[in-house]
Amino acid sequence: MASNTIRPEDLQAHKKVKVWAEAKRQPFLLISSALLLIYGIIFYYIPVFGWVTAFQDYKPAKGFFGSQWVGLAKFQKLFENKTFFLAFRNTLCMGVINLVFHFVTAIAFALILNEVRIVFAKKFVQTISYMPHFLSWIIVTAIVRDILASDGIVNEFLMNVCGNESPIDFFAIKGYFWWIVAFSNVWKETGWNAIIYLAAITAIDPSLYEAADMDGASRLQKVWYITLPSLRPTIMILLLINIGNVLNAGFELQYILGNDVISDVSKILDVFILDWGISQFDFSFGTAAGIFKSLIALILVCLGNWTAKKTGDERLF
Amino acid sequence: MKMKRYHAGDIIFEVFLVLFLVIFVVVTLYPIINTLAISFNDGFDTIVRRIHFIPHQWTLDNYKAVFAKEGYRMGAVNTVVRTVAGTLISLIVNAVLAYVISRKRFLFKKSFSLFWVITMYVNGGLIPTYLVYQKLGLTNNFLVYIIPGAVSAFNMLVIRNYMNGIPDSLEESAQIDGAGYFKIFYSIISPLCKPVYATIALFVAVYHWNSWFDAMLYNKMHDELTVLQYELMKQLQTAMRSAGSVEGLKNSGTTITPTSIRAAATICTMVPILFIYPFLQRYFVTGLTIGGVKE
Repeated sequence: MASNTIRPEDLQAHKKVKVWAEAKRQPFLLISSALLLIYGIIFYYIPVFGWVTAFQDYKPAKGFFGSQWVGLAKFQKLFENKTFFLAFRNTLCMGVINLVFHFVTAIAFALILNEVRIVFAKKFVQTISYMPHFLSWIIVTAIVRDILASDGIVNEFLMNVCGNESPIDFFAIKGYFWWIVAFSNVWKETGWNAIIYLAAITAIDPSLYEAADMDGASRLQKVWYITLPSLRPTIMILLLINIGNVLNAGFELQYILGNDVISDVSKILDVFILDWGISQFDFSFGTAAGIFKSLIALILVCLGNWTAKKTGDERLF
Repeated sequence: MKMKRYHAGDIIFEVFLVLFLVIFVVVTLYPIINTLAISFNDGFDTIVRRIHFIPHQWTLDNYKAVFAKEGYRMGAVNTVVRTVAGTLISLIVNAVLAYVISRKRFLFKKSFSLFWVITMYVNGGLIPTYLVYQKLGLTNNFLVYIIPGAVSAFNMLVIRNYMNGIPDSLEESAQIDGAGYFKIFYSIISPLCKPVYATIALFVAVYHWNSWFDAMLYNKMHDELTVLQYELMKQLQTAMRSAGSVEGLKNSGTTITPTSIRAAATICTMVPILFIYPFLQRYFVTGLTIGGVKE
């Protein structure tokens, strides 16, 4: 009688046997994943464990385990630091400005390029548009510096065409810096960021446009009422991906072009961390600032994801 | 009967389009052509005259000066080595990782994927990472360019998404023929993944070619470990500090100025990339769309 019923113990034993049989069939998967696991722990997880240095007075000679614990003292010092708040504000503002410009210009560029009917011209412009993306930020910084120099083309234009009396020193006036960063990003990345929108546009059902033609819609109306709304899912997912990157507002421009005169607006968190952590050897203080940055970024990602869930759009996880 | 209606707006639209494209191309290309012109122009002449698109006094001295510099030569060698070795290693490791994670029957599929996805959102940050590399002996070491960044969860996900699109039946039929997982990876999946491999190789190669921060952070003390972009960056920093010392240069009698050397060096680091990317276009367009938009 009992022989007909399957006992849970049997089922578990059966499962175990199956797991073993499966394991024997995948030695390559298991060995390579074990090696990659060790790699990941060393290069990605142990540095996160290194966050403990923020709660210590870390001395390289004593290491992670021997250094003296100081609790939240380093964070207290951090929040009392005026430069830190300036750096945080600058990072956030530049990040947000970059994000807005990134989306507006990439979408606009994709929409405009999509309207070009001559295939050759479209291909040519698109190929040109990717190019700056492949240049390093060092090169772009050099370009920005040359263009905005007192004898650069921008000043030449302003003096000859707009009638400015004397050249503007763009790197000595606080009001300009964020916009210099924003426009540099636009110059470098617009074509690249537009790729994904152009790909999404090709997936739009052509019958929508045909129907609009029947109704006598103008090209501008078709862009506004068909193309743009069709891009909504793509825009949402990219917004989600990028919102976590808002605090990565670039590095080279701020690091190289930032100077004492405009450091109130040019200093960003990464430069702040580098200044304290590496140049001044206060590793614990630098780590504390780094943790703050990481936590804010994580909160932003979760917030974005939560918003997407609420509005019923795509989400990351 | 076919009737085409023209809106007044459409004509304005067309004019605007052409105008926009012309401005766009000029703004994108001007800085590069300008740098190119300066690099071929006599250094002293560049100071007294405005150079826009065409050099006024042709010379190759600026390039000779760049190649004569120890730092640039060293940097060029190191940059080429790290780009080739780094790209190769990174591609292999990311491909294996993507393959493992995309196998349906892999025992730790879920937990192992999560392990790597977490690394995209949480990282140690600058200082802890620096301290760990120091403890591992990766400072003042060429390997710091290649090993730490080899696996990237993002690149892995792009490859994985592509692999997920390959029908399972291929794997199953190979298994029936007695092929193991390595054999399937090597002779069935990888040949099919060439487009996505090319995309990732391009991304990683550009990353290596353009990086400089690791050279400054970890290998500052060793000039023989420098990379091209770091040399460029050092020159740029000197230029920022010594702006306005033109008078001194005029009196020194030299015809090679920091500006003209920098222009020549910039062109040298740009050229390889500018020649390669148009040919790889079709790859990165597919790669990006696969990686970015979930099917």
